[in-house]
Parts: sequence; structure tokens; C-alpha cells
Amino acid sequence: MSDTRPLPEPTPETAAFWKAASAGVLQLQRCLNGCERAYFPPRNFCPHCGSRNVGAFAASGRATLYSYVISHRPAPGFTPPYAVAVVELEEGPRMMSNIVDCEQTPEALLLDMPLKLVFQRQTDAISLPFFTPDRG
Amino acid sequence: MRHAIAVVGAAETTDMGHIPDLSQIGLHADAALNALADAGLKPSDIDGFATASESPVALCSHLGITPRWIDGTGVGGCSFLMHVRHAAAAIEAGLCSTVLITHGESGRSRIAPSPLPIPTPGSLEGQFEAPFGAVWAPTIFTVPALRYMKHYGVGEEALANVAVIQREWAALNPRATLKAPVSVDEVLGSRMIAYPFRLLMCCLVSDGGGALVLTSADRAKDFARPVYIAGTGESAEATMISQMADHSSSRAFRVSGEQAFRSAGIGHADVDHLMIYDAFAHVPLYGLEDLGFCKPGEAAAFMAERHTAPGGRLPVNTNGGGLSYAHSGMYGMYVLQESIRQMRGIAPAQVADAKVSVAHGVGGWFSASSTIIFTNQPSF
Repeated sequence: MSDTRPLPEPTPETAAFWKAASAGVLQLQRCLNGCERAYFPPRNFCPHCGSRNVGAFAASGRATLYSYVISHRPAPGFTPPYAVAVVELEEGPRMMSNIVDCEQTPEALLLDMPLKLVFQRQTDAISLPFFTPDRG
Repeated sequence: MRHAIAVVGAAETTDMGHIPDLSQIGLHADAALNALADAGLKPSDIDGFATASESPVALCSHLGITPRWIDGTGVGGCSFLMHVRHAAAAIEAGLCSTVLITHGESGRSRIAPSPLPIPTPGSLEGQFEAPFGAVWAPTIFTVPALRYMKHYGVGEEALANVAVIQREWAALNPRATLKAPVSVDEVLGSRMIAYPFRLLMCCLVSDGGGALVLTSADRAKDFARPVYIAGTGESAEATMISQMADHSSSRAFRVSGEQAFRSAGIGHADVDHLMIYDAFAHVPLYGLEDLGFCKPGEAAAFMAERHTAPGGRLPVNTNGGGLSYAHSGMYGMYVLQESIRQMRGIAPAQVADAKVSVAHGVGGWFSASSTIIFTNQPSF
């Protein structure tokens, strides 16, 4: 496929996340009101208790492969087959991503395999968080 | 327990599957006129109206209805089940007396369709899912399945078997789009769409529609073949599939199903017939478990033992389902129609002496859910 993949348009609630991503940091938020749980996607309140007392921190970048499909249909910016993956971050939240530097096959994409974060710059403002097998 | 609200009119579009001579609003109207004729009513008899995708205002104007109550709940394919729940509450509350619910979708011919819901770049899906190639149902709704399969040790044959059994039901339904028998090997040999989902594990793309007329059970005595609403439920979880709390179980299904059974005051052994919205072959597995018909992880074996197949003790998706009957994009209306046919005793694959039917719907991708329990008994 030609064309480029759809890119995010940051909003006031997510601008800090994308700014951090552009600097190579996966920024998560956690509740500072006692429940302390990390959450994703970004918002200015805790989805577990509703508190607005939240803070940002840098995630470790370590994750495991939670679930995925391998799409065999074309999509703008993607050459099939490509995997649409959900990863589970070490801090708990899950996020969608792609698994790069890895064959896009069921044999190579093993559920629960360890992954590490890599950013790929898309534009001056946007870098997308991808994951790659952590063979270390 | 006395049942307060009944369906007194139910019909699908005159044709089903490929309808190149009607636009989307025309499909709504065709289904609406068929359901009104089934009830022996005219548009002027209707004072409550609900639909999804199209504007309920446009439909009221188009059909010549003056509403006193309107519901435009649009949460995807289970919207029509929610409309039944909301309409029943509205009639009971005295907000209106006779509700028409319509669905029409030119899913295949694409004649004046509603625009597909593509996420904007600033929406949460647009920021955190679409950039990774999760575009439209086959790469979103399917994502949880591998986690389910690993968690419970279920193989691809189980997904294929869902399609095989639903084709057996479709073979008994003259209106079904695909009726030829299919084997597990043939399903597993069909074209890969999104691993582990192959073409025959994905729903059809059809034109069609359906409509319902609801009124109070007191009035329903004057109508032929009333079907009573015994219990209802609804819930929602997440529009982002990555944020579904547990990919091996649907919270929305569990909450909706529990509420429906509790409000009906029945147990699973009382159920004679079950419809589970099947956009893809994994959904009936989740449905059987999350509605409580099977223990977690046991649905695949339950289906392999043919309990849901023709001759089984819990007939499921007896019209052939979205995989083989028809699926115009928002399949929930067809789930309702088949449950009502079964309760009227007029289904092509009629379940003998069936008294209770559970219709379960999903909206989006495990995003929303609604469950309606129908019965042909005025009271339990």
C-alpha cells in the first residue's frame, strides 16, 4: 500500500503523552490519591477512583504480548500481513501497538513473549510506540 | 410473574441478502410496513419510535408517524435490542402506547448508506488504535480471540466448528444466504482474513432490515401470536478493544446477561432457544460462557458435543447466524426476529414446544451488549 498510516492528533489531555513520545519516553499516569494504579490512555483523572490528583511517570518499556491478529488485508500505510497487537506493559495497563523487527507469523509472535519498547518517528511531532521481541 | 409488554408485529424486509432496488431508508420502510401489516396496524397507530444509524426523526417523517417518544440509541449492532428494552420501559411508564423499531442497511449494495464510523485522528481510537492498523471490524473485533484460545487451550478447529454448525442451521432456512454444508477442513482452508480468522469465520455482508411493533400485554390480547418480553439487560465496556479488561471474557455480556436472567426470574435450564450475535466465529463461544450457559472455557467442547446444533439440547443461532444467514452490518435486529419467530412457532428450523428464547446482542467489538428474554407465555 502507498499512503501513510493514520496518525494521532493530540488533544489537551494527550499532548504531554505525545510530546514525551517524541522525546523517546513512554509516559504513563498514575493516581496519587491513594489508589496508585497506573492507567492508559491518558486523561486528567484516575479511571479507577475519579480523583483528579494524578501524576505522570516514565514507563519501563518492558511488556509482554497479550493478544493479536495478523491482518491479510491492505490498509493505508501497512503492507499485509501485519500484526495488530495488544501489549501488556510491565506497569499493568495494556495498549495497542505493532511488533516490529519480527516476522509477522504465528510462529514468531508468541503470546506472553517479552517485548521492549522502540519508538519510530513519523513526523516532527509524532513518534509511535512500537515493541520488538526482547531477546536480551 | 406477569409479562407486561409484548411484541405484536415482527417482520424482516421482503427480500434478504441482495436488495439492489432499495436504499437504506427504503429498507427501513419495507421492513416497517411488513411489521405493521403483521400487526394489522397503520403508521398513525404508532406513537413511539426507535431506530439506529438512520435518524429517528427522518424515519418518523418518512413513514408518516407522529411520535410522543423517540429513542435513537446507537451503540452498534445491538442497538435494536436496547430499543426493545427502552421501549418496554417507556410503555410501562405511560410515555407512549405502541412502539415501532426499525432497522435497514444496504450493507452490500451500499445504496445511500450511513457513513462508516471511521475514528477521527483526535479521538482515543484515532490516537491509540488506528495508527497501528486496527481498521474496521476484522482487525478489531477479532483481536481478543488468541488470548481466549491460549487461556483455555482452544484451537482454530473450535472457531471453524462454530461456522460448520451454523451452516447446518442455515441449510434448514430457505432465506439463508449460504446453505451448502461446509466442513471444519473447508473452513480452515478458506482464505485468511486476519489470523486466526479465515473467511468462513467472518460474517456475511448483506442488504436487509427488520422491524418490530411493541405494546402493552393488556392490548396484546387483541393481536395474533403476541410474544412477551420476560427479561432485559444492557451494558457497555470499551470502544477501544485494547482496553477490554479481560480478552477472554466480555464484561458487557456478563452484566447484560445477568440482568436479563434476574429480571425474568428464570434459570438457564428454562431456556429452549438461544440467539448469540455472531459477527465472527469466536463470539458465540464468549456468549455461551458469559451468559452462563457454559463454564468459562467450556463452550468449544459444548459445541463440539453438538448441544447447540440441530437436534441438540440448546439450539443456538437457528437462522444460520451472521456467518450464514445474513449480516447487514448491524445484525441485532435479525437476532430478535429469529427469537420471535421461534416463540411464535413459525421459524423454518422450529424448536418443538419452545417457550423461552434468549436473544443476545453485541455492539461495536465487545463494546456494548444487550440481552432480551422472550416467551410465548403470558406469565411464568
